[in-house]
Parts: sequence; C-alpha cells; structure tokens
Amino acid sequence: MDLTLKVWRQKDRNSAGQMVTYPIKGISPDMSFLEMLDVLNEDLLLRGEEPIAFDHDCREGICGMCSLFINGRAHGPERGTTTCQLHMRHFADGDTITIEPWRAAAFPVHKDLIVDRSAFDRIQQAGGYISVNTGGVPDANEIPIAKSVADKAFDAATCIQCGACVAACKNGSAILFVSAKVSQLALLPQGQTERYTRVENMVAQMDIEGFGSCTNIGSCAAECPVGISLENIAMLRREFIAAKAASENLP
Amino acid sequence: MNWFTKTFSSTVGRKIVMSVTGLFLCSFLVVHLLGNLQLFRNDGGEAFNLYSDFMAHNGLIRTMEWVLLAGFAFHIYDALVLTRRNQAARPIPYQNNHPEENSSWASRNMGLLGTVILVFLIIHLYNFLIPARFDGLDPVNIDDVEYENLYAEVVYAFKQWWYVLIYVLGMIALAYHLIHGFQSAFQTLGLNHKKYTPFIQMFGYAFSVIVCLAFAAIPLYFFFFV
Repeated sequence: MDLTLKVWRQKDRNSAGQMVTYPIKGISPDMSFLEMLDVLNEDLLLRGEEPIAFDHDCREGICGMCSLFINGRAHGPERGTTTCQLHMRHFADGDTITIEPWRAAAFPVHKDLIVDRSAFDRIQQAGGYISVNTGGVPDANEIPIAKSVADKAFDAATCIQCGACVAACKNGSAILFVSAKVSQLALLPQGQTERYTRVENMVAQMDIEGFGSCTNIGSCAAECPVGISLENIAMLRREFIAAKAASENLP
Repeated sequence: MNWFTKTFSSTVGRKIVMSVTGLFLCSFLVVHLLGNLQLFRNDGGEAFNLYSDFMAHNGLIRTMEWVLLAGFAFHIYDALVLTRRNQAARPIPYQNNHPEENSSWASRNMGLLGTVILVFLIIHLYNFLIPARFDGLDPVNIDDVEYENLYAEVVYAFKQWWYVLIYVLGMIALAYHLIHGFQSAFQTLGLNHKKYTPFIQMFGYAFSVIVCLAFAAIPLYFFFFV
C-alpha cells in the first residue's frame, strides 16, 4: 500500500506545531497502525530526520498508552479498537491519513503526537482508591457480591485511561473516565468507606484540571476502545447527588 | 465557597441545574400549548380571550411567571458558563474531525439551537406579551363584559408570512433542542436504567415532535384557514 500521511509535528511543549506531509510506500495491509509509523520512522532516521514521537507500550490493546486522532476519529475509524490494534487493511491504497494528537487543554502536547495525560493520574489520586487493612490474607469470596454487580464493576474497571473519551468529546470532558473509576469502586463493598468523599474529590479535581463539562452527546462511549458505557456517567451523577446531600464534608 | 455554591458551580452541579430547569420549561410548554389549543375553537376567539384574561389576573399564574423567568435565567446562565468552559477545554481544534460518526447533530449544537429559541422567544414576547401587559389591547365584549382582545393580535400577526416563517423555524429549533434535551436531562439526573431509559427516550422524542408540531400548527392554521 502507498499512502500519504499528514502528521502533527511539534518540537516541544512551548513550540508551535504544524501538519507535515509524508508519502510512504510499500506498507503491508497486515501491519498495525503503529508498525506503519515504525516504518516511517526508520525511513526518517535513515534520512537523518527527527523521527515522529508517539506513545505506545504493550501493543496488545490493554495498556492504554497509545492514542492518536486518526482521520478525525479517536484511535481511528474502527470501533472498540486501540490504535495499536488498528490494522492497515482498514485503509485503502492511495489514502491520505491525518494523524493528530489528543486535543485538550488538560492534555498539553509534549512532542509531536505525545500528550501529557498526568491530569488523569491526579484525578485518580484524588479518590480512585480504597483503604485496605494489612494483615493475613482474607479468604476468597469471603464477602458475597452478586454476579451482576461484580460484572458491572468489572466492566467499569476495564477502562485503560487512554483518554479517547476526552479526545472525542466536543467539550473535552473527562467524565467517562472519572465515572468508570467512581462506578467501579462505588459498586463494590470494598469501596464503601470512601464512597462520598471519592466522588466529591474526583469531580472537584476533574474541574481543576480544566476538562469541559458533559452534555450527554455520547461520543465518548462510541469511541471508547473498551466500551465503557454511559450508564457509568449516570451512576457518577447519582453518587454526586447522594454525596452532596448526605456527606458531612464542608469544603 | 460554601458546600452549596461549590456543588452548583461544579460542572456536574451546573448540569443538574440545567436539567431541572430544562424539564421545568418542558412542563411550561405543555401548559402553554394546552391553553393555546383554544385558538382552534371556531368561536371568534371568545374562549381564548377569557383564558388570556384569567392568565393575566390569576395570582398563582402571575407568581409562576417569575418562577418561569428564573427557570430561563438559570438555564441560559449555566449554558453560557459551561459553553465558555467547554470552548476553553479545547483551545486547539482538530484539523480533521468527524464527530458525525459518533454523535447526533442536535446533541452537538444545543447552544446554537438554544440561541435560535431565545431569539424566537424575544420576538414572541414582543408580539404578544408586551402589548398585552403594557400597551393595552382593543376591547372586546363577551357577555356584556369588556375584555382585551388578544385573539385579534394573534389573527393579525399570523396573517403576515414572515411571522409564520419565524414561528415555524423557531419550533423546528425547539424540536431538535428537545429531542436531545429531554432524554439528556434524565441522564444528567442519574436516571439511566434498562427498564426506564428506552421509554424515556421514546417518550422524549414523541413529546418533542408532537408539542412542536402542535405549536407550529397555530400560525399555519391562522395563515391558511382563518
């Protein structure tokens, strides 16, 4: 396959960036999108040019490290897929492909296609945890949890924190990510201790980081590579309302 | 900030205010429409003029007018605050973006639709509420009692094609605003349930289309049939 790539190049956080066009030849349809970029980078290195910086780690669709806004879609045109699991057979010979970084004030561009997603870490630190006593190992299944509840919590826990929800949302809202973390822990008995404080602090931190507000357009869930559901966002609102009404936290 | 102002100035809190006020404004639409359906009675406007006289002098209705104004004010104020925030959340736009692949046009353009509705609302108040409240209308006798003839204002306004056009366009904008807004309000309040959400979405769609069609039918009826 011969393709034309239009890629966002930006030297560092403080420089202005621009789209740069690269023709690329001889790409196999069996390659993943990141392998295609590897080929381009090899080419750039041989020519003595700076290779394109992009995030990646496991390349198995589980770590949440890869990103990329490809042809106007987070993680590219396929649904339920991370960029590393997107294969070139979904493109046609001769296509022009635009590749941009996630765009959000809370995700500043480090370099080229790499954005700083540490805002997500700070939201997690604000409340995405449970308190566990140390000591002897508890018996498995000591606390009964209904299968349906465990399934819901597990579905929420599959969030890989890639940031596609923020990238796809027209408001740059992080609420799908935050709601997945809140739901996962609020559903389970182990998460009850910090239940109210968690949602209050995580929402507050989400606002501090400069993410936009949710208008229920649903693009986040549609583009989420692991299929986090909008039900989690409704649950976050329930948790928020309950917490604000019942918690004794005064700011 | 105390806990209360902090709650309602957070992004989640402001949306709760928008959903509650939005649903309240929907309830106003129902009352307004039911009253206006009297315009279709073939009685020379008698029932409508009696009704508008009642609405203008009933204490409860006049009080609710202020609550309604507050509903609009909070809905619009929070919309402005959140829209500015959302624009700031993405300072650099995508050069190639295809949001139509993952969301509906109406859901992405609530601000635009809301602005069209606001412009329509100002024209609408200028047409009917301002003359009725402040200028005084021509008198009409019903059973030897003198009433103000608001019906005549309706007939006069809707004989002009551009008013009819403005009203129909306003109702189209309102329909799309409600198609997203009605069901969205329940999601914002945390009501997303396998049993109820499909019904809410279906009801919201039907509500939006039927209410706006019925409103739009009024200027069309007067233009073509009266």
